[in-house]
Order: sequence, then C-alpha cells, then structure tokens
Amino acid sequence: MSDATIVLVVLASGTYALKSAAPLVLGRRELPGAVRTMIDLLPAALLASLAIVSVLADGRSLVVDARLVGLIAAGFALWRRAPFVVVIIVASMVTALTRLVVG
Amino acid sequence: MNPTTEAATRRAIRRQAASVTGAVAPFALVFGAAASRASLSLIEAMGFSLFVFGGSSQFAAVEVLGDGGSVGAAAAAGLLLNVRSLAFGMIMAPVLTGALWQRALMSQVMIDESTAVATANTDPALRRYGYLAAGISVFVVWNVMTVIGFVAFSDADDLITDLGLDVAGPATFLALLWPRLADRRQLVTAVSGAAIALALVPFAPPGVPVLASMLGVAMARLVAEPEATS
Repeated sequence: MSDATIVLVVLASGTYALKSAAPLVLGRRELPGAVRTMIDLLPAALLASLAIVSVLADGRSLVVDARLVGLIAAGFALWRRAPFVVVIIVASMVTALTRLVVG
Repeated sequence: MNPTTEAATRRAIRRQAASVTGAVAPFALVFGAAASRASLSLIEAMGFSLFVFGGSSQFAAVEVLGDGGSVGAAAAAGLLLNVRSLAFGMIMAPVLTGALWQRALMSQVMIDESTAVATANTDPALRRYGYLAAGISVFVVWNVMTVIGFVAFSDADDLITDLGLDVAGPATFLALLWPRLADRRQLVTAVSGAAIALALVPFAPPGVPVLASMLGVAMARLVAEPEATS
C-alpha cells in the first residue's frame, strides 16, 4: 500500500468515527464548555500554520519565494471580500508574475 | 406551520443548499489538482473525497504528504481538522433519527455546509431537510469536481508552476481561515499557531510543525472570554 492509501484509510475511518459518534452512539449529550471552545479554536491554528508552512518551508529550511507574494495577494483579495475563485486566480497570477519578474 | 409557508421554506432551503454547493465546487477542483501534484493516484484522490469527505482535512493530509511529511503526521493533521465534526454531530443528532443504517449513512455528509444550512431553521423536520439537501448536493458535486480537477491537472507540473497554481493550496487554507479571524480569540489562535509552526520548521521533521501549531489554542486563553459563548 502506498503512503497516500494508508493515510486515506486512517483518515477516513477516524473522520467517520468523529462524524457518526453522536448520531450513532452518544445521542443528545452535551460537551463541556472548555472542550467546545477547544474544538472551535483548533481549526484556526491548523489552517494558519498549514497556509504559512506550505508556502515558506522547504524540508527543514525556510525559503521566501514568489508564493509568499501570492499568499499576501490572496489575503488582500479576501480582505476585499472577493469570492473564492477570484482569490485563487489573484494569488496564482501574482505568483506567476512575481516569478516572471524575479526569475 | 401552514403548508404554503412550509413549501416556501423548503424552497428557500434548497436555494441555500445550491448556493453552498456552488461555493465549495472550486475547492474540490483545487483538491483534485493538489492530489495529482502530490502524486496520488486517481483512485486515491477519489477515495479521499468519497470516504473522508471533509474539505480542509483532505487538503491538509495531501499537503503534508506532498511536503514530505510522514504518514502519521499527514493523518493526524487531517484528523485534528475534523474534530469539529464531533461537535456538529452533537448538534445534529436529535434530528438525524431513524434506523441504524440510515443514521450511519446520514453521518457521512456531516460537514460545515450541511450543519450550517440545517441550523438556519429551528423546526426539526426542516433541520433534517436542510442537512440532507446541503449534504447530499455538496457530496455529489464535490466528488465530480475532484475527478475533473485531478484529470485536468495531472502531468501538468510545469504548467502549474508557470501559472502560479502551486499557491492555490496555501491560498485555500487562508480562505478557509479568513471568516474565523473576525473573532479575536480565533485570530490569536491562528497567529500563535502559525508562529509556533514556523519556529519549529528548522528543528522538526516535515508535518510536525503543523501538528504543534495546535498549542496556539492555549494562547487564546490570554484573551478575555467573550461575554456570550458562541
């Protein structure tokens, strides 16, 4: 089995367990407030680090390249309330242009 | 509720379902492309969309793998992003009633969009209707778009770099994060999480810095609790 297939099997089973826990087993039970807060905040930490690490990290070194400029452009587009498709197009175009200019 | 109002409400729910489906379709296209870039097979990419079916977690797992992260790091990053499904399940469980197989099947479409459309109404029958309308339509479109994205961008590595499309993954994470940043505690969590992850890049194997970012959640404690819990 390839690495991706193993990740797929583990992630699919784990995710399904999380999705179905309440409808299948727990029913209408409440989570404690502190746990709810943690669950609510967790994606923010992960999404932010995924965005920045996938742009700046190359193995164990930090590299600044055109993609950082593209990500900043994406942030600008989001700030201007652009729809998702526009955000991706702006980020890609700015990245491509930066590559052309800087070489 | 009288029949006319209910029919109108159901029409409104179907419109909401259609609109969230249209909004997520491009994400699936980008996921298909990202999967092909990370050297997954088409079957694996389809497997992610069919069996994981959780946008941000699929991206995270594939991105960590593509960056050279271990199997454990990739699966853990994806799973942590789906912990919120547990909370969605708690919200939805009262209206997702039926035989075991029905509840088992309905659980698979538990995502942000289906929960959001469902909770726009208070009536249990309408909640269930909204959950299923949004969940099923997103599921179908998500899977079709994954295949299209994969096929359209397979063996196109140079093209992807030339067009700057390699930034689509990171930009997607930012787009998913953006609505959360209006809340101060979410903002503090995001910034500290990103800082922790970046600081660890030189010292930890790929994938681990992203996992360590969850310590950023602890930083949110430094911000005053909001008066009303959301």
